[in-house]
Amino acid sequence: MPLKLTVNSVETTVDVAPDTPLLWVLRDVLNKVGTKYGCGMGLCGACTVLLDGKAVRSCMTRVGTLEGRSITTIEGLSPDGLHPVQVAWEALDVPQCGYCQAGQIMSAAALLSRTPNPTDADIDAAMSGNICRCGTYPRIRQAIHEAAGAGKAS
Amino acid sequence: MKMNRRSFLQLSALAGGGLALSVYRTPLAAAQGGPRPPDLTPQAFIKIAPDGIVTIMARASESGQGMRNMLPMLIAEELDVDWKDVRVEQAELNEKIYGPQFSGGSANTPMGWDPMRRVGAAGRQLLVTAAAQTWAVPEAECTTRSGRVLHAKSGRSAGYGELAGKAATLPAPALASVKLKDPKDYHIIGHSQKGVDTPAIVTGKPLFGIDVTVPGMLYATILRAPVYAEKVKSANVDEIKALPGVRHVLVIDGSITPAAFIAWEPGMESGVAIVADTWWQAQTARKQLKVEWEPGPAAAQSSELFAKRAADLLQAPPASTIRKYGDVDGTLKASAKTVEATYEFPFIAHITMEPQGATAHFKDGKLEMWSSSTLPVAGRGIIAKTLGIQESDITTHMVRGGGSFGRRLQNDYAVEAAWIAKRIDAPVKLLWSREDDVQHDPFRPGSTIGLKGGLDEQGKLTAWRHHLITYGDNKNTAAGGGMGPDSYPAGLAPVYGLYASAQPLIQRCGALRAPGDNAFCWVAQAFIDELAHEAGRDPLDFQLDLLSNKQMPWIGASVDDHEPTGQDALIPERYKGVLQLVAEKSGWAKRAKEPGRGMGIAAWFCHLGYFAEVADVSVDAAGKVTVNHVWAAGDVGSQIINPAAAESMGFGGVIEGMSHLGQQITISEGRVEQSNFHNHPVMRMKQTPKIEVYWRKTDYAPTGLGEPTLPPILPAVTNAIFAATGKRVRTLPLQKSGFSWA
Repeated sequence: MPLKLTVNSVETTVDVAPDTPLLWVLRDVLNKVGTKYGCGMGLCGACTVLLDGKAVRSCMTRVGTLEGRSITTIEGLSPDGLHPVQVAWEALDVPQCGYCQAGQIMSAAALLSRTPNPTDADIDAAMSGNICRCGTYPRIRQAIHEAAGAGKAS
Repeated sequence: MKMNRRSFLQLSALAGGGLALSVYRTPLAAAQGGPRPPDLTPQAFIKIAPDGIVTIMARASESGQGMRNMLPMLIAEELDVDWKDVRVEQAELNEKIYGPQFSGGSANTPMGWDPMRRVGAAGRQLLVTAAAQTWAVPEAECTTRSGRVLHAKSGRSAGYGELAGKAATLPAPALASVKLKDPKDYHIIGHSQKGVDTPAIVTGKPLFGIDVTVPGMLYATILRAPVYAEKVKSANVDEIKALPGVRHVLVIDGSITPAAFIAWEPGMESGVAIVADTWWQAQTARKQLKVEWEPGPAAAQSSELFAKRAADLLQAPPASTIRKYGDVDGTLKASAKTVEATYEFPFIAHITMEPQGATAHFKDGKLEMWSSSTLPVAGRGIIAKTLGIQESDITTHMVRGGGSFGRRLQNDYAVEAAWIAKRIDAPVKLLWSREDDVQHDPFRPGSTIGLKGGLDEQGKLTAWRHHLITYGDNKNTAAGGGMGPDSYPAGLAPVYGLYASAQPLIQRCGALRAPGDNAFCWVAQAFIDELAHEAGRDPLDFQLDLLSNKQMPWIGASVDDHEPTGQDALIPERYKGVLQLVAEKSGWAKRAKEPGRGMGIAAWFCHLGYFAEVADVSVDAAGKVTVNHVWAAGDVGSQIINPAAAESMGFGGVIEGMSHLGQQITISEGRVEQSNFHNHPVMRMKQTPKIEVYWRKTDYAPTGLGEPTLPPILPAVTNAIFAATGKRVRTLPLQKSGFSWA
């Protein structure tokens, strides 16, 4: 059944079963592979995207519920890769293996959009759903603070 | 059970038909008839464009250890170019021209440090020769800087891009003959260089194994036998074939023979592969699969059975002696005080963030592979054998892996992808589900260890008796489950006995980051803390004292080891050095003693590196543990090559080691009981302590960081729990000792 989806401000039609998780439509149908599979149970956050600006786990989001909603993936977070979170992530060289980082960045972007100057406790609360198996958490925390600072300056 | 600290590397080597690791053995090994290391040439590693942009080939696999930076940085430094002008390209698998292309054992630094710098220096030498010939001036009058050759006398200079054409026609100088820089002139080495893939990572560009897309590609999933080494008896193949999107359903007979010891790469697991237009369709069809399995002997295995057998073996005389000097039992009996304890740790899984998978395309008798294996040369050999083709008919693209931690040293997922590809007429991407990844992992094996230590009137160690109960048959120990004759505190304890007994295990095991050391460090360093406490002494002083003992002969010394530096034997001064540094940085001597809060200290030497760590831990009335602060001090020689990345490795080792404390894989009726992050958890942001990493620079050649950062954190935390509560953690995971993470 054809479904209309708005991904990164572009409307597109996909022909998939409506109970297909958004993650697999993004990856295998729309070839947007920046969003990652980690657990399929909403446990790890690797598949985090923004739905109307809020962080959601795309592995648990059925695509049939998304007509008329705005989906943002890591590829569409900013037109030039220069979202303050991306800039901070690069400046601090946050990634190790890098696999979880798209999800981390989307969660951090959602956090900063509602809490522009988060405390460590805010970061713990917003980011503890995103697992990093390599242990980049100290750098992520630092990068979020740095991105928040950049947001204030601009 | 003759396993030394290198056992994991030796296993890897065997897996690759003896090829992968022997190539970097010392000249001594070559002289004894081993394969000679390949003659590396600057031409293989360095490409210079007319505009001066330098492309450097990264030879090793990358899954987060920073190898795509570290090795090219060594070349760029000696080539004498600016890092901003360097582009890094991943080499395809071709050990004949690149030398060893694996990432494991923290080996890339020691085995790359000298040859990679020489490759760069040889490239520089060629460019200097090209300039000198062009200008008809003596080479000795030419210097280089930032990708240019300069001739000060005549004021002439030329960019490398202008000289590259001529340089390419010149014979490369012998690597041994080239002159290397004085480290004080380094402008790349020792300066943090951002990950070459970081821009692609933060913008979500295709990069990882799971991201590989080949035109016309299909997607595969495999349902494997839930009991290890069982085989498919029958399956509703035709029903599955009719489901939406499904193109192929293939029964894998499998080739694993159940036995008391399962080899490193034991063959294919039996199962049913479903190939569909999308992975979700394959995965959805899999839910309808009905498979009858041929029952096998592993169905009788359970964690309870393992524990019972271990308890029996612990009471019996040890089956083998790994190392013994002095009268162990007599000395213990005659000691002023003896301390006895049994330690136990469980199986755990690697649980890399990116589940296993690979992409393969078989066409006209040739195979193209996209694999994130960290030991791809072994994979190529196994695939050739499995498919009945020549290794020369296989092209292997080395794709970034989303974490490895030793998991991707094994190539099972790549073999499966290749096996499917040979049977269909399209490229195929195989992806394991997370549940597949946890339940079919090559686990870090568990162990039970019986310890006895003796103390004299002065509170000094008199004797150490260590009985390891591990897994295996009479000849082989499960991968990562063996201890070597130089296991700490061998050589330092005045009297020492290390014994082992093994029980059978029908289950594949593997190397998990700092294999062996990741758990045996915990056992030894926690027991040392117990001994110090029983002796009424500060654990730091107790261990420094032990390290001051005259060393007994070191059995596992570096006869056939990979590094020519003789650094394989523990050097007490380096071990003491990191202990003293971490004590100073953490304020160990003046630590507060309050109920519910405590500090623990531990140190370890493995993979040629020395690390000491202190943990400051709080424990609440319910036994919930919070690690507040960790200090780590490391000695990996004279040079930290990429400082920010090295610090990240320190953070990562600490955080992963903390994860190990809370994880377990248990087996019931032959089935793995855990399946995903909810029941095999890893540390999260809110549980992460403040971590400080310090370096003690010594005159030894630089060595690797992937592994030695990890082991000390486990005993540092459990020793801190004791300091906070007076309760010993002798059984892992923590919850089996009455504690859990806050």
